[in-house]
Amino acid sequence: MSKHNDSNKGATGAPASAVEDTVSPLRRRILQGIAALPALSVSGMAFAQAKYPTSAINTTKLAITDTEVTVGQLHSATGTMAISETGSIQAEQLAIDQINAMGGILGRKIKVIKEDGASDWPTFAEKSKKLLINDHVAAVFGCWTSASRKAVLPVFEKENGLLYYPTFYEGLEQSKNVFYTGQEATQQILYSLDWAKKEKKAGTFFLIGSDYIWPRTSMKIARKHIENFQKGKVVGEEYYPLGSTNFGSLMNKIKLAKPDCIFAAVVGGSNVAFYKALKAAGITGDKQLLVTLSVTEDEMTGVGGENFQGFYSSMKYFQSLDNDNNKKFVAAFKAKYGKDAVIGDVTQAAYLGAWLWKAAVEKAGSFDVDKVVAASASGIELKQAPEGYVKLDANHHLWSKSRIAMGMPDATFKVVSESPELIKPDPFPKGYQ
Amino acid sequence: MEFSELLNIGLMQGFAGLSLFAVLLLMGLGLAIIFGQMGVINMAHGEFMTIGAYTIYLGSHLSSHYAPSLVSIYFPFAIVLAFLFAFALGWLVEWGLIRHLYKRPLDTLLATWGISLAMQQSFRTFIGPKEVSPTLPDWLLGSWAPKEGLDIPINGLFVLALTAVVTCGVLLALNRSRWGLRVRATVSNRVMANAIGIDTRKTDRLTFAIGCGIAGMAGAAFTTIGSTGPTSGQLYIVDSFLVVTFGGAASLLGTVVSAFGIAQTQSITEFFLHGSMAKVLTLSLIVLILMIRPQGLFASKVRR
Repeated sequence: MSKHNDSNKGATGAPASAVEDTVSPLRRRILQGIAALPALSVSGMAFAQAKYPTSAINTTKLAITDTEVTVGQLHSATGTMAISETGSIQAEQLAIDQINAMGGILGRKIKVIKEDGASDWPTFAEKSKKLLINDHVAAVFGCWTSASRKAVLPVFEKENGLLYYPTFYEGLEQSKNVFYTGQEATQQILYSLDWAKKEKKAGTFFLIGSDYIWPRTSMKIARKHIENFQKGKVVGEEYYPLGSTNFGSLMNKIKLAKPDCIFAAVVGGSNVAFYKALKAAGITGDKQLLVTLSVTEDEMTGVGGENFQGFYSSMKYFQSLDNDNNKKFVAAFKAKYGKDAVIGDVTQAAYLGAWLWKAAVEKAGSFDVDKVVAASASGIELKQAPEGYVKLDANHHLWSKSRIAMGMPDATFKVVSESPELIKPDPFPKGYQ
Repeated sequence: MEFSELLNIGLMQGFAGLSLFAVLLLMGLGLAIIFGQMGVINMAHGEFMTIGAYTIYLGSHLSSHYAPSLVSIYFPFAIVLAFLFAFALGWLVEWGLIRHLYKRPLDTLLATWGISLAMQQSFRTFIGPKEVSPTLPDWLLGSWAPKEGLDIPINGLFVLALTAVVTCGVLLALNRSRWGLRVRATVSNRVMANAIGIDTRKTDRLTFAIGCGIAGMAGAAFTTIGSTGPTSGQLYIVDSFLVVTFGGAASLLGTVVSAFGIAQTQSITEFFLHGSMAKVLTLSLIVLILMIRPQGLFASKVRR
């Protein structure tokens, strides 16, 4: 019995891997020949099956047996994007392990099929076809970049699959088959601009981004907000190719324009070079206000605390958040992945996916995609989210708080501001198109 | 805006161009030796640079954990070590793979590309997929401000100095040393060089390894300006080939001139236009010039 208790503890604090939970108690039971435990466990399982017979909870031929439900995980474990997606893979696995330790969903343990999108968008589309058509998975947790999401979207819509997408993104999308657990653009941008104006008296802004869809859409929204709503001024707007490491000229342009606030969305390898260039040009946190949409704890491991010290990041989650849910989550994550593991915004959003799905399935009393979507659209709330209380909107995005945090020399973040209320997701903002 | 302020920005902008020149030259130098002198298209050039970057990380990690007093001085030693690591690996790669493919230049392209992918995945598996941040000594951080409003990046100065040293070293070695003599003989006529007793195989191996070693050094120096991660090398590979091809493959002087030209064009257009637009303009200009002069700026007389 003691082993069983241990695995239950995994749900709240110390996690254990899925294999350990299912195999090793069983083996021990067989070896020791304890009669009572299997009887208890089987009767529990039988109870779930009697209440939720497989034929009733699965009318669309998904891969669900009396004891197991199969889900897919589709991220880049190899290639350029592995830097970012590794955290999401880990967080999703942690959530699934914890759910299994609690007894699974509707009496079924979750089995994961992992596929590698290899940072290549056609591969993502192909693997999503495999997961939906060959494996009949009940849900997929995956994708990271907007490009990969756009690549798999038609597949999910055609095959009526279910995707939980973790990254903060540019908005302007809503699909019946996708749930977006990260922030859409307005949640992240408007709050941080208002904060800069109100708290830091910023009137002039310099917008800098990597040259692709997410920064460009985000900066478009930012410019409209600054010019039309804040009556401020944009004194510069610059985009650099992905992977650019040469920011010398940009530093001089910033010095020439003298903005009150630098508003940045530089990503990938460029991100590190950008902050090193700022430091080398003498543009530091004590002299210049900078708010970014693209530096989480994950990026900080590369950027380095000394280069980001005193600058601000706008996210919905920071590892240092001081609440009980988060303390448990951070402890469980570090227990599983080592004490040096860091948790960024997207990692936390990825962790929410499996829990949102569980809540929706239990509410619907079925794994059928249409029923899960209908149950989700009528409002799902999570009280145990590390970022605090969140709820799902009918538009498939999450209501969540926005936060601003300052970078510290030891590469952690100190939260300096938090929206008082949950911010409503608005993927198609009026007046910002 | 006062005149002195404009002057400051002008000076800093001039240095930005100079510092980009140093970066381009340093990243192209190793390739110029391998591609220019040997004709081997080394697609794994960026990954040899990454090895150098990880060597700095190793140095930073070891010194901060075991000998905190050495944190301020480990950097130069780590750069030398970066050269040695990349040199050793280059030696191995030449011995195991490249030497079998000298007569099939397009296959070396595929083979080295394969090596590049394998190396990237090894970094990811054995070191970790996330980027790391070596703790740089304080004297390499920040800016040198000789007067109010004028900030010269110290990392830029460092890369500039290193580039000057390495470039002079390579030029001297190629033109004054026995190795340089053998390389030049092998490049101009392999059969004849063989006939007069030069061990061209050994020369090739040494040349390849030196090229890789210099790439390692470049990667190590670039930890002061860029990222250190499994795919960091990919940030530099295109620019490296650009510099070498534009300069004229067989000419080291061409590499220097081409790095200078590209850096100045890009830096100036970047200042007056936008970042992405500057890249477009620079590349268009290069394409145009290469259409007129397919052999690059400086063509070597010995090659046909």
